[in-house]
Amino acid sequence: MALDKAALVEFIYQLVAKAQGKKQLKAMDLQKAVLKEHPDQNKNDVKFAIKDLIDTGRCVYTYFGGSFVELPHEEGAAKKV
Amino acid sequence: MSDTPLIDQLETGPWPSFVKDLKRVAARKPAAKDLLRQLDRSYKDKITHWKHGGIVGVLGYGSGIIGRYSDLPDEFPGVEHFHTVRVNQPSGWFYTTQALRDLCAIWDEHGSSILNVHGSTGDLIFLGTTTDQLEPCFAKLTAKGWDLGGSGSAMRTPSCCLGMARCEYSCYDTMDLCYQVTQEFQFDMHRPSFPYKFKVKCSGCPNDCVASVARADLSVIGVWKDDIRIDHAAVAAYQAGEIKPRGGGSPYDKLDVKADVTDLCPTACMSFDGKTLKIDNKNCNHCMHCISLMPQALRIGTETGATLLLGSHAPILEGAQMSWVIVPFMPMESPYDELKELTANIHEWWSENGKNRERVGELMLRLGMRAFFKGVGLEPPAQTVRTPRANPFFFWHAEDFEAEAAGRKYIKL
Repeated sequence: MALDKAALVEFIYQLVAKAQGKKQLKAMDLQKAVLKEHPDQNKNDVKFAIKDLIDTGRCVYTYFGGSFVELPHEEGAAKKV
Repeated sequence: MSDTPLIDQLETGPWPSFVKDLKRVAARKPAAKDLLRQLDRSYKDKITHWKHGGIVGVLGYGSGIIGRYSDLPDEFPGVEHFHTVRVNQPSGWFYTTQALRDLCAIWDEHGSSILNVHGSTGDLIFLGTTTDQLEPCFAKLTAKGWDLGGSGSAMRTPSCCLGMARCEYSCYDTMDLCYQVTQEFQFDMHRPSFPYKFKVKCSGCPNDCVASVARADLSVIGVWKDDIRIDHAAVAAYQAGEIKPRGGGSPYDKLDVKADVTDLCPTACMSFDGKTLKIDNKNCNHCMHCISLMPQALRIGTETGATLLLGSHAPILEGAQMSWVIVPFMPMESPYDELKELTANIHEWWSENGKNRERVGELMLRLGMRAFFKGVGLEPPAQTVRTPRANPFFFWHAEDFEAEAAGRKYIKL
């Protein structure tokens, strides 16, 4: 069954949180993971749920040879303070 | 003694030097001074001293900011952070002087003052700022009506030649298409969700002034379907030396129409007997050689649109690949719904099937044109055949048998 907006956002957040430090997930990985569990979920809902996570700052886009969705973390390349 | 002895040598040549420019900026910006010092150090050490950042950006966007850090921050504190900001350029790179002054003022206040106008992506590039200056810089840009361009695994900022604004060859309004594609794919430009980058470049004619055939995942190149228009009196004037070839842009004063034009036609579809120029338009491949040499005598046809090609990219290891024709002719009229829908279908197919960092052209080669056409819902036209087939085997699918049984015809009359 398709998730409502708030539940979908939380579902995606948990996917990102569980993968943090182990696997970097692209937006499409998240979409595929959602559709695997909830095949009737609209793909656009997934896009906007990711947007919600980014706009609220709970997740960030990162670039490490490809663009990923991750939890905010320290920039490894920056000078350690 | 100068603290940049190696790069100082670059000022001694006959050409304008970026070192001289940077030294001028360094008089008021410490970042530029350390940029020069770090570059000199790299020349000495023979390695780069830049590190790629992966996190920095502005809230809500996953594109447009490229993180850069020095790996020698204590030695060169001015470039400890040296992030790049990509600003979405206007179509055709037309600016008012006021707009340029606004951009320079913003960058003087929030960055190093160093600009790259323009980067190979097409964007106007602000080079070098610190993390804390990104949000205020972005706020000032948006207040003046500017936006960030694409970066990362996203739709990159579409770019175009200046098209109908200044060029009589343009087969469609490249600037309008570029603007409309930019607006249509805003979400995909600012929120990276593709396997890798996706570039769209729009050229008004086959002269392809933005080199879209070599640089864009989706190349939109203007073309015409009907005959080249000939002004026979002007052809005679070219032959007589009354009109200079290439609009005066050639070193030669006089054109030998047979030797310089018809004999160099790649498909040998032209002939000139000293008086009359003939063109077998069915065999013309629209190379533009003749039209570019004799612009007053030959003009593009009147039934115009664009050819769509897919897949060019230049990976370092495997070598460059040119774009491949996928749609031989598509009318290009606002609001360009057909093109937008096809582009969205390509994104969908690529996102479903592409591996991480696999460009759409690489996927097309990996899975084959047949899978591509089926995936995006296009009919395979004959113009997509690039080389004669070398594989004697043909793999039939169940649906082919069904289509055969239903009377599928391969030659459409």
